[in-house]
Amino acid sequence: MAQNGILQSSLAKKYAMAVTGLFLCLFLVGHLAGNLQLLTAASDGGRQFNEYAKFMTTFPAVKVLSYLTYFSVLFHLVDGVVLSLQNRKARPVRYAMERASTNAGWSSRNMMLLGTIVLVFLVTHMQNFWWQMHFGEVAMIDYDGESVKDLYTVVAAFFNPEMNRWALPAIGLYLLGQFALGFHLWHGFSSGFQSVGLRHPRYTNIISCLGKAFSVLVPVLFSAIVVFMYITQA
Amino acid sequence: MDFTLKIWRQEGPQEQGRMETYPVTGITGDMSFLEMMDVLNDQLIRDGQDPVAFDHDCREGICGMCSMFINGEAHGPNRKTTTCQLHMRSFKDGETIYIEPWRAAAFPVVKDLAVDRSAFDRIIQSGGYVSVNSSGNPLDANAIPVPKADADDAFNAATCIGCGACVATCKNASAMLFVSAKVSQFALLPQGQPERMSRVQRMVDQMDKEGFGNCTNTGACEVECPKGISLDNIARMNRDYLKSKVTGE
Ligand code: SF4
Ligand code: FES
Repeated sequence: MAQNGILQSSLAKKYAMAVTGLFLCLFLVGHLAGNLQLLTAASDGGRQFNEYAKFMTTFPAVKVLSYLTYFSVLFHLVDGVVLSLQNRKARPVRYAMERASTNAGWSSRNMMLLGTIVLVFLVTHMQNFWWQMHFGEVAMIDYDGESVKDLYTVVAAFFNPEMNRWALPAIGLYLLGQFALGFHLWHGFSSGFQSVGLRHPRYTNIISCLGKAFSVLVPVLFSAIVVFMYITQA
Repeated sequence: MDFTLKIWRQEGPQEQGRMETYPVTGITGDMSFLEMMDVLNDQLIRDGQDPVAFDHDCREGICGMCSMFINGEAHGPNRKTTTCQLHMRSFKDGETIYIEPWRAAAFPVVKDLAVDRSAFDRIIQSGGYVSVNSSGNPLDANAIPVPKADADDAFNAATCIGCGACVATCKNASAMLFVSAKVSQFALLPQGQPERMSRVQRMVDQMDKEGFGNCTNTGACEVECPKGISLDNIARMNRDYLKSKVTGE
């Protein structure tokens, strides 16, 4: 796939990495905004959250965004693997002595490792919630005559140590996933801008600060929600 | 000063290489790294052994020939310094020093520490020039106004000496810093405009053909470049290449 057409050149593959990666950053913002409702969901029995979840899985424009997100994840993954394999081939004999930490940041040198951890997290995460919501058995709940899937109860039960004995390890994996995501973004956010040539003495500092703030804030907030769900139910 | 040297020895391009250990003694801090290598080779020749092959030419930091990966860094520990400008006072007496050739599929080893960097020449041949000859009239250049900032950036890009330290240090063996400097030195000046789009396409395509890796923006090249070539150039090349593909020029 990435061998011909527009993706033939190294730069084209980098543009694709950047565009899909930055699009996924937007997805993270949307997802986080949705999850933040979990902090107050107990007060109305999860009604607002459930109605929101229904909207997100049925509204046509959102559907389009969902498919774009799936596509971006897959493309980012395949493109990343192709780039990595080519990079390995470009240095067949390794150095006996290398001091890479003196000239480049840790996360920038370990994007493949970090991305792999995020992928493992993503697979389990989708199995736990996305799959349940779309194909699993979720109890229906009635709001003013409208029947809605009760996703809130699924989420709450998952992070409740009394209902799920794997709650604690699951949170461990969740936090590890967020940790890896943070470091992946630490390099990836501003790297995406550089790859498409968006660099300017006046704005590059702002972009890089924004990227750092984003890479800390997003995983910390995601993690905080999960820890909150656990503590309030433990 | 005395040192223990661990040096990559390889008889020829197809031969198996290995690290070998050599002691050197009587080195002074004012000797350059290459002079230290000369002392070693002198000793090896006297002992009837094969001296270590390494590239060098100007020995004043302007030709880009000297190319050693010293103690895990291209051109050794000092910033903005070529191997020939590196002095032994930058090392501790008794230190063990690793010396390896540039490692990249596109830079095959010729012998020991000498690698074949003609991939860079082929990239230049693919587009690193302006086709129109000047008239030989010195007024030419002065008649075309160039903003000072552009002239400075173009000059800075043009200071790239083609040493290949960027490739050697990049974890992906990517040649982006070199190619982007050679693209930028023309892209920033009026004389470079007519061929700007076709130039960037041809040079990037040649770069890919040579088997260099893909840039992941780690920025190691900029840190290790003896001439301080900036990542701004890579962004400019990314921009130009994208534009050339979108506009189909
Ligand atoms: S960009 Fe710097 S490191 Fe790369 S070839 Fe030019 S001078 Fe050497
Ligand atoms: S020998 Fe010319 S730059 Fe070092």
